[in-house]
Amino acid sequence: MSDFNTETRTEGDIVIIKTSGYLNNVGGEQVSEVCYKEMDAGKKLFLLDLEDSKVVNSIGVSILIEIIEKLQDVDGRLGYYNLAPIVEKTFNIMGLTKYSTVFQSEEEALEGMS
Amino acid sequence: MSAKKITPKVELTIPIIPDMELAATKTSEVVAKHMGLSEEKSAEISMALIEATINAFEHSESKSANVEIHFVIQGDTLEIKVTDHGKGFDKSQVAIPNIEEKLESDHKRGWGLQLIQELMDTVEFASTEDGTTVTMTKKKI
Repeated sequence: MSDFNTETRTEGDIVIIKTSGYLNNVGGEQVSEVCYKEMDAGKKLFLLDLEDSKVVNSIGVSILIEIIEKLQDVDGRLGYYNLAPIVEKTFNIMGLTKYSTVFQSEEEALEGMS
Repeated sequence: MSAKKITPKVELTIPIIPDMELAATKTSEVVAKHMGLSEEKSAEISMALIEATINAFEHSESKSANVEIHFVIQGDTLEIKVTDHGKGFDKSQVAIPNIEEKLESDHKRGWGLQLIQELMDTVEFASTEDGTTVTMTKKKI
């Protein structure tokens, strides 16, 4: 059983979710729960700090596609930073980078999402 | 007298239990390090192995409770075989996924084969009603 955790904070209108652990189906569901709760509260801009999630699988990443779809309905956006190279490559192969943005640092991400 | 050349092999049997694919990646990391593969190639192998293993877990409806994984070092090439004893599948019936369709579909999953093919140098599938073996290779250079 993998340990997956999230820590959530806000910077202005942007919700930052820092994950730790294996982003599989369980991890993906945890991230989506946080996002949907914040979306219900009116938030539309989300950043995932994936520094401590260096291992993912396609099921977990598929849940991020679901989040992108729901954000599109409210003109929201999803971005990421601190990605391991293989995670960024996986996002590229699956096409997530067409509909969400990979940033190189938190500073760049906050500027890019504002 | 010439010494007989031995092909190094690692054989792993893992139970079909959630997250046990990570046990396979621990082994692939050790094998890749032994071969002197780059961190990038090692990470690509691990990701492909995760996908091949969870496919075996999820889609095979295996009669066995295990998946077998064989690592064979053939010179500068690592060959990995992932075998399940499930019902088999017809690869021609597996649609190539794309993000535009997935965004509009209720079924967001189905990326495993695409990822394996993109991340490894060669991939072959052998499937019968008695099971499936995915054979994938990665060259050192």
